[in-house]
Amino acid sequence: MVTIRPAQASDLSAISALDARLTGVGKPAYWQDMLAPERHFLVAETDKGALAGFIAGEVRAWEFGQPAAGWVFAIQIDPKLRQRGVGSALFEALVARFKEKGVTRVRTLVDRKDHLILSFFRAQGMVAGPSLQLDLELP
Amino acid sequence: MKLQTATRLGLYAVLELAREPERTLSAADLAERFGVSTHHLAKVLRTLGAAGLVRGGRGAAGGYRFTGNRRRTTLMDIVALFEPAPGQRAKEPGEDTEIGSALQRVLTEIDEIAEATLRSISLETMLKPAR
Repeated sequence: MVTIRPAQASDLSAISALDARLTGVGKPAYWQDMLAPERHFLVAETDKGALAGFIAGEVRAWEFGQPAAGWVFAIQIDPKLRQRGVGSALFEALVARFKEKGVTRVRTLVDRKDHLILSFFRAQGMVAGPSLQLDLELP
Repeated sequence: MKLQTATRLGLYAVLELAREPERTLSAADLAERFGVSTHHLAKVLRTLGAAGLVRGGRGAAGGYRFTGNRRRTTLMDIVALFEPAPGQRAKEPGEDTEIGSALQRVLTEIDEIAEATLRSISLETMLKPAR
C-alpha cells in the first residue's frame, strides 16, 4: 500500500522525472509552482519511500464564469505501480481536501484521445461537465 | 445520438449479462426483458458471441453468460460491432465541395467526441452504482 502526503520541495526532482518519463517533456518550474500554498499537491509514496505517483489541484472560483470547483490539474502514476488503486487513493485524498474547502464539484480537462486517463476519471464517477473547450491555432 | 436497434440491444444484452457474470439468461429471457423478438436478439447474441463477449445459447432454452472482461471492455467495443466504423462510411454526395467538406469537419468533430465518450466508459464503470 501507499501513503498519501503533501508534496515537499524534496519531492520535486522525482515528480519532475516521473512526469518527463511519461510525457516526454520536463517542466520543473511548473511543478515548483504547484507547491504554492493555495494549491493541493499530493504524492503517493511506497513503503520503501519511492514516489508511486502524484496529483495536483486547486479550488478556483469564477474561472470561465463557473462557481467554485476543485480543479484537478495533473495526475501521474508510475506505470509499474498501476492497477493497484494508487490513482484512486490520490484522487480521493484530493477530493477530501476540496470538500474541506467547501466545494461540491470536481473538474478537470482531458485530452479526448487519451482513453486511459479519460477512463480513469470516468471510473471515479466523473461525467461530461457544462463547458466545452475550444481552441484556435494561431498562424 | 441515434444508435441502430442492434447496437442498443447489444449494449443492453452485454450490460445485463455482465451485471451478474455467474448468471445465465436465454435469448428469450433477454428478449422479454427488453420487449423485442427473440429472433432479433438471437442474431445480436451471435455477434456478441463471435466477439468473445458472451457464450452459450445451445437450443432455444440455452442460457447465455458474460465471458468478457468488465474492466477492459468499453461501450465503444460493443458499438463498433454493430455500427459502421467512421472511416468505412460511404462518401455522401456533395462532400467534395467546399461547403460539404466544411460540414464534414463539424460532423467529424462530433463523432470524435462521441467516440471518446464511448471509449472512456468501461462496463465496470457503467455498472457501478451511482454515487
